[in-house]
Amino acid sequence: MSTLADIVVIAAAEAFRGDGEIFASGMGTIPMLGARTARSTFEPDLMVSDGEAFYVGNELPIGGTNKVVEGWIPFRSVFDTLWGGRRHVMMGASQIDRFGNTNIANIGSWDRPKAQLLGVRGGPGNTINHSTSFFIPKHNANVFVAKVDMVSGLGYDRAAELSEWVQRNHRLPRVVTNLAVLDFNSANHSMRLVSVHPGVSVADVQAATSFELVIDGDVGETREPTADEQAVIDRLDPRGLRHREVS
Amino acid sequence: MSRDKRMTEDDAIASLSDGMTIGIGGWGSRRKPMSLVRALLRSPLKDLTIVSYGGPDVGLLAAAGKIRRIIYGFVSLDSIALEPHWRAARQAGTIAEPVEYDEGMLQWALYAGSLRLPFLPTRAGLGSGVVDVNPSLRTVRSPYDDGEELLAVPAIRLDAAFVHLNRSDMSGNAQFLGPDIYFDDLFLSACDPGHRYLSCERVVPTESLLDEGTFHTLRINRSMVDGVIEAPNGAHFTTCEPDYGRDEAFQKAYATAAANPDDWRAFSERFLQGSEAQYQAAVAEWKAQS
Repeated sequence: MSTLADIVVIAAAEAFRGDGEIFASGMGTIPMLGARTARSTFEPDLMVSDGEAFYVGNELPIGGTNKVVEGWIPFRSVFDTLWGGRRHVMMGASQIDRFGNTNIANIGSWDRPKAQLLGVRGGPGNTINHSTSFFIPKHNANVFVAKVDMVSGLGYDRAAELSEWVQRNHRLPRVVTNLAVLDFNSANHSMRLVSVHPGVSVADVQAATSFELVIDGDVGETREPTADEQAVIDRLDPRGLRHREVS
Repeated sequence: MSRDKRMTEDDAIASLSDGMTIGIGGWGSRRKPMSLVRALLRSPLKDLTIVSYGGPDVGLLAAAGKIRRIIYGFVSLDSIALEPHWRAARQAGTIAEPVEYDEGMLQWALYAGSLRLPFLPTRAGLGSGVVDVNPSLRTVRSPYDDGEELLAVPAIRLDAAFVHLNRSDMSGNAQFLGPDIYFDDLFLSACDPGHRYLSCERVVPTESLLDEGTFHTLRINRSMVDGVIEAPNGAHFTTCEPDYGRDEAFQKAYATAAANPDDWRAFSERFLQGSEAQYQAAVAEWKAQS
């Protein structure tokens, strides 16, 4: 029997399907588990890191220290790799709008924030150079907003105003939340509902979103992990840390 | 025989003046030159411009009202995502001139400064909030057939730089033994000669530099350094792998105290008023009690 966290992990893993031999980078427990699960199952060429400075060659559980180092990736190499396009990151967002503009920097005006968050960090460089997916543990209307307060990651409308190169390389493959899976595969790259998690309705997701989602045809249910995938998830997260992010 | 550049933190800080641009190495709450930052806190220096991949260095300087302008990509304590003093300062509007960059843009700005170029081009930052809030940023068009418009990240030149390494000889040939040099070499090379200060866990004879690491770890040489400060535990409470990890318990105490003015006054009086030796003694006493 899969839990919500297991379903979310496999939905996160699916973001990396077809990526091949690139750096699958996850910020936080579930994105990291997603990348490692994809690598241990259907996307074996992916490279994953320990979150510090090394590529890990073995199947390393979250928080595990018994690692086989297969490469060195200090921050300078991270920038080289991401500017070179050999990376797909799944990160968080405190706000996201219908075109995938995201904000991890501050809430309220930038000049005098109501809440100072992290700052833009690597968001601008990530989103303009390679695939960026998002994991949002609490899908609600304060996160899925009409307009983000500060654009730390570029959405499709902003990318459309930049060079052809940017439009070719800017890609937001997937948004995974505690309610649903979403993407931007619609006519104008407006956010589309791909699937709802078991027990969640389309109306639930729309009610938790401040803008109108694109719904084309029947919205399916997010799949559960296979038995093999479930075994991998259990091995990669023996302490069940994933359940602290969604439950 | 190379020159002996050893000095104290207070010697280094005494050489600086108000309004200087100071670059601080490390990353978040990792291998920060905290003993130099603590000495800066004790000084009367003010109206500083700080350049940093920010951690508690930025938090402490912000809380002390030292920062007029700051160029940063983020400010975080890593294991505690948000820096409480930094949050409070930004939310109260006490930082006169924040300059927020993408992390890679900041590297590019320091690299341009190191190479004495006016700018370096990149796509990172284009179309993002970074250009919205930094209206002085300019773009440049590729002179080749592609004609692409790119962001021209202006060079940063520093008046002073602080970094903390694992080992150094007395003239500033220095070594990182941990997993990442971060951008410490760029902070030093983007700085005008005169105030490039390097603290280290231990000063060793030059001939011992390869005892603990390969030649690949010798990324900083004496032409990049004006002063060497031996500061055991000098990065505390940030990481200094492999000599020590982050003091998570102390960082938590710091962050908790920072959330409340009375608690912060008590913390500050206990730990930050005296010399570096007094700081280290107060930390040891705190650990013994907790």
